[in-house]
Amino acid sequence: MSTSTTTAPKPAAPHRPAQQLRTRRPVRPAAVAKNLGALLLALVFVFPVYWMFSSALKPADQMLTKDPVFVFTPTLDNFGKATGVENFWTYVTNSVLVTVGAVALALLVALAASFAIARMRFKGRKGLVLTVMMAQMAPWEVMVIAMYMIARDGELLNSLPLLTAIYFVMILPFTIWTLRGFIAAVPVTLEEAAQIDGCTRGQAFRKVIFPLLAPGLMSTSLFGFITAWNEFAMVLILNKDKTAQTLPLWLTEFMSAFGNDWGATMAASSLFAVPVLLIFIFLQRKAVGGMTAGAVKG
Amino acid sequence: MTVHSQGAVTSAPQDAPPKSPGRPEAPAPATGASHTPPRGGRKSLPSGWLPYLLVAPAVLALATLLLYPLIKNVILSLQDINKVEFIQRKYPFAGLDNYTELLGDSAFWTVVVRSFAFTLANVALIMVLGSLIGILLNKLGKKMRLALSMALVMAWAMPIVASVQVFRWLFDEQFGVMNWVMRTAGFSGYDQHNWMETGLSTMVIVTILVVWGSIPFVALNMYAGLTTVGAELYEAARMDGANGWQTFWKIVFPNLKPFFLITTFLEVIWVFKAFTQVYAMNKGGPDRGSEILPVFAYVEGQSQAHYGLAAAISVLTIVILVIVMSFYFRLILKQEEEQ
Repeated sequence: MSTSTTTAPKPAAPHRPAQQLRTRRPVRPAAVAKNLGALLLALVFVFPVYWMFSSALKPADQMLTKDPVFVFTPTLDNFGKATGVENFWTYVTNSVLVTVGAVALALLVALAASFAIARMRFKGRKGLVLTVMMAQMAPWEVMVIAMYMIARDGELLNSLPLLTAIYFVMILPFTIWTLRGFIAAVPVTLEEAAQIDGCTRGQAFRKVIFPLLAPGLMSTSLFGFITAWNEFAMVLILNKDKTAQTLPLWLTEFMSAFGNDWGATMAASSLFAVPVLLIFIFLQRKAVGGMTAGAVKG
Repeated sequence: MTVHSQGAVTSAPQDAPPKSPGRPEAPAPATGASHTPPRGGRKSLPSGWLPYLLVAPAVLALATLLLYPLIKNVILSLQDINKVEFIQRKYPFAGLDNYTELLGDSAFWTVVVRSFAFTLANVALIMVLGSLIGILLNKLGKKMRLALSMALVMAWAMPIVASVQVFRWLFDEQFGVMNWVMRTAGFSGYDQHNWMETGLSTMVIVTILVVWGSIPFVALNMYAGLTTVGAELYEAARMDGANGWQTFWKIVFPNLKPFFLITTFLEVIWVFKAFTQVYAMNKGGPDRGSEILPVFAYVEGQSQAHYGLAAAISVLTIVILVIVMSFYFRLILKQEEEQ
């Protein structure tokens, strides 16, 4: 497995001159159509997100109308209703515990494994790399029945530790895979220099590699966070007990629990989505670059 | 789409560390592929027990919570487990009974056909529209491109469970915006149109949701790929008098072929096991009319208490997925070798 270091392509660097030429030309109908199309598309893609936030802030009497109300005085009532549900804080605590636990475990275990994979030679290394690669695509949604039977027979239904463990294994392969790349990109010579200066191997890792990995650890753990935060199928089948449920279940069962309160449902959706949206905006450049680094002929 | 989104990166060997602006001593990642670590070189490798110790926790975790459930799944599929057996916790061996029952059941084949049709329709729409939007992004001016990319990122980032709720609200029978849109556009019969009246119409709504959420991944990556194609190639094509269609098939497609193949397979895998979208939208209903294979397995197991049968459905679904994945992995491995 080669570890070439490909950076995300700098968008448009080579053809910037061409672009400037193009924009300086007089306005043509084709250009207008292009921009109009883009604007329309942008609206289509952003509309559901906008509608979620806007409905969440809408007063109840302007919510259930035949013709939608677009201009209104925002209110936080819906958020109060959404968070006022019984067990709300239990769901929040559970979600945070499970997610943070899974990510922390995954980082720890993956750091060790990916260091071995990136820096050491041992029997079965190649097989392990392949396994990790395949495990990334594990069809968890299809394995829920087997997981349920295992949990039931092991008296582990409604168990947060089991859920944490499952999420940990869900994000582990990806974490190993990504960290492996980050570690491989740190020159061995740096580590050797530290060892020549009297560091042990462990110290060299802690003092040289680890600080260089910090940004990588950050983005990797955020991706793991999103996966665990959003997970639905496993918690749906395993934790039927309200006190062991997480936010995705709170969200999907909201409507039946609340009658037709769309305002509160949208407020709940907004609360759930905001952390993920923020993380995503922060991470998006890496996501795009990461994919193309592997997928485009260089 | 969002659970997707992590998968996005998942698929790709990510070898570049992000730039760390505040850390001048950090090695610039852009210096090229020159610093492939010397494998087996010099004193950095005290082989022996250490690497095994380091990978042991990961291997152990994967074995107990991934490999074991997979094996258990196969075992369950060979057992007769219905309500009584489930309560008594005695699972008699049933041979291939579950499989013969399944393969002789027309309901199963309906779900299989539906799953394939659903996957085909979604992936086709995602790939074609995603590519077109990617090309459009490449042709836009700076500001417009930023606006469209931001909109795409928003759709991409939405957690699936949240976007399902939003779509249920958009397509609500009484007060949904979509009925208003249709009325405003002059269509009749959208006073209180029930968008999820039948299994098929529910699948259409799910498709809109999946396509909406998946296009950003394809479009943004397509755009990123296009920027690597080198402006001089387009220039040359234009000089030679090629039109847009020819430029795409003669220049863009050959250059981005690995991207197209890999993305298509990824989308097939993701859509085929789109449990959350389908189940959260309408629980596979109405009348079990929008179940795809993973939902079918869940409902058979959980609501009908046919655990053995459900396990058999899972096994068959996984087999189908593994076949698709084998193509995908072959592509990825080829890619790695070429680099």
